[in-house]
Amino acid sequence: MQLWLKLMRAPLSAKLGMAIVAVNVACVVFAPWLAPFGETEIVGQSWVPGFWGADVQGAPATWLGTDHLGRDVLTRLIFGARNSIVIALVTTILSFSLGITTGLLAAAMRGWVDQILSRTVDLMMGFPTLIFALMVLAVIGSSIPAVIGVIALLDATRVFRITRAVATDIAAQDYVEVARLRGEGMGWIMRREILPNAITPLAAEFGLRFCFVFLFVATLSFIGLGVQPPAADWGSMVKENSAAISFGILMPLFPAAAIALLTVAINLIIDWTGATAGGVHDDH
Amino acid sequence: MGSVAELLAKRLVFGIATLWVISLLVFSAVNLLPGDLADAILGQGATPEAVAAFRAELGLDQPVASRYLNWVADILHGDLGRSLANDRPISELVAGRLANTVRLAILAAFIAIPAGVGLGILATVYRDRPFDRATTTASLIAISFPEFFTAYILVALFSVTLGWLPAVAIETRGGGWQQALREIALPALTLALAVVGYVLRMTRAAIVNVMAAPYIEMAQLKGASPLRIVTRHALPNALSPIINVVIINLAYLVVGVVVVEVVFVYPGLGQLLVDSVSKRDIPVVQACCIIFAATYVLLNLLADILSVLSNPRLRRPRQQV
Repeated sequence: MQLWLKLMRAPLSAKLGMAIVAVNVACVVFAPWLAPFGETEIVGQSWVPGFWGADVQGAPATWLGTDHLGRDVLTRLIFGARNSIVIALVTTILSFSLGITTGLLAAAMRGWVDQILSRTVDLMMGFPTLIFALMVLAVIGSSIPAVIGVIALLDATRVFRITRAVATDIAAQDYVEVARLRGEGMGWIMRREILPNAITPLAAEFGLRFCFVFLFVATLSFIGLGVQPPAADWGSMVKENSAAISFGILMPLFPAAAIALLTVAINLIIDWTGATAGGVHDDH
Repeated sequence: MGSVAELLAKRLVFGIATLWVISLLVFSAVNLLPGDLADAILGQGATPEAVAAFRAELGLDQPVASRYLNWVADILHGDLGRSLANDRPISELVAGRLANTVRLAILAAFIAIPAGVGLGILATVYRDRPFDRATTTASLIAISFPEFFTAYILVALFSVTLGWLPAVAIETRGGGWQQALREIALPALTLALAVVGYVLRMTRAAIVNVMAAPYIEMAQLKGASPLRIVTRHALPNALSPIINVVIINLAYLVVGVVVVEVVFVYPGLGQLLVDSVSKRDIPVVQACCIIFAATYVLLNLLADILSVLSNPRLRRPRQQV
C-alpha cells in the first residue's frame, strides 16, 4: 500500500518511464502470445508499409509493415525485446555479481588484495570499452556467450569502483570491527555485515548500468557482432534494414526508437528515485 | 611546486603503464589464436616445411619476449605488419583512413564543444527557468539515444525529406571542398549531438557546484548581473572540471567514431576495424586497436595534466607557516 501511494505521487515523467518499462516487460514475458505472427514467419513482400499505407497492393494486415525479408516488424519488435532485454539483464546481473564480490573483497581485505584489484581495474578502465570488446571478439569469435562475458567483465570494473567506495566506508564502522574481533570469517563479514548496508546505493546504480549495458549490446548487434540472424534483436534489426532509409522507408527507425525509448524511460525513473543522474555515457 | 610535479609524474607513469599493458594485451591477442599467424596465412594445405620457412620469415620461431620487443620496435618505426586478408602493408591501409577519421572527429569537436560549453553556461545563467529545463531535458534525451538512432533521424530529416545532404559518405574524388563538407556533415553532426548533451550537463554541474559559494552570494548582493556572475565569478573556478570533461569527450569522439562510420559507410579507421573484426583479420585489428587505445589514453592523460595545471589550489600550494 505504501509503495502504491509512493508510485501514485511520482511525477508525470517517472510515471511515463514506468509505463514504458511495463510495456517492455510485458513483451519479454508474453512475446509468443502478443505477437501477431511467428518470430521468423514471412508474411509478405519486403518493406511493405504498415498502417500508414494500408491500401497498397499486396499489403498484409501488419501494423508497422514488413522488414527486408517480408517479416512482420511488430512481431520482430516484440520478440526482439526478449533477446535485447534478456541479454542485457543477464550481462548486468553477471557484472554486478563479479563487481560486488571483488569490490567487497577489496574493501574487507584491504592491503595487497585491494592494491592488485584496484590497479587492475584502473588499467582496464584506461582502455576504451568498445575497442576492448571488438578486440576480444576478433580473437575468440562473436557469439552470445562471448558478448555477455566481455561486456560483463568490462562493466564489472565500474561496479567494482562503486562497491569498493561504498564498502570501504562501511568496513570502517565499529560493528564490522566487532565482527572481526568476534572471529567471523571474511565471507561472513562481506555478506552479513557489509553487503546489507551497501545494497541500497548499489541497487540505485543497477538501472544506470543496465542502460549502459543495453546500449552496448545494441551497438555490438548493430555493427554485426552481437545477436546473429534469424533471431530477432533490436540492434541487428536496425542493421539489417539500414539500406531502406536511403529509399525513404523509415522502418529501421522503429527498432532504434525502441532502444532509445527504453533507455530514456529508465533514465526518467532514475531521475525520480534521486540517484545521481550523470547520464548513460558515464564512462566514455 | 613540489606537489604539482609529483602529481604530474604520477599521472605520466600511470599513462605509460596503461599504454604498456595495452600493447601487451593487443600483442597476446595473436598468441591466443589456435595455431599461429603462419598457419592462418598459409592455410591448411601448406606443407610443414613451407609453414616452418614462413614462420622463420615472420620471426615466429623466436621466443615470445623477443617477438614482443620486435613488434613494439616495428610499431614505433611505423611498421604495423601486413593484412591477412589482402597482404597489403597495414600502415598503407591505415594512413588515409586515419586522416579521414581525424578530420571527422575534429569537425565534430568544433561543433560540439563550443555549443556544449556555451549552452551549459547559458543554462546556469537562466537556472531553473524554462531555458534551463528545456536544455537539460533535451541533453538527457540526447545522451540516452544510441548514436545510430540519432544518425538515422538526421538521415531521414536531411537527406530523405529535405534532400540537402547525402545519406552515405562514399568518397568521391575531385568534388572540391564543398562536396567533401556535404559528405562529412551528417556524420560529424551525429557525433557532435552525442557529445553536446554530455558536455552541457557536466559544464552546468561544474558551475552550479561553485554557485553555492559565499563569494557568489556576495556578487549577487553587490548587484552583478547573472551573466556577469556566471562568466566572471563562477566560471574561472569551474574551469578545471570543464577542461577535464571536454578532453575526455574528445577521447570519446575518437572511439564513438566507430559506430558513426559504420552508419554512414564513412571510409575511416572505425569502419576498417569493424570490417577486420568480422573477417578476423587479426593484424589489422591489432593495428587499429593500438591506434584507438593510444589516442584514448593520451587524451585522458592530457585531461589529467591540464586539470591539475588549471587548478590554482594545486598550482600555488599554500605557504607553510
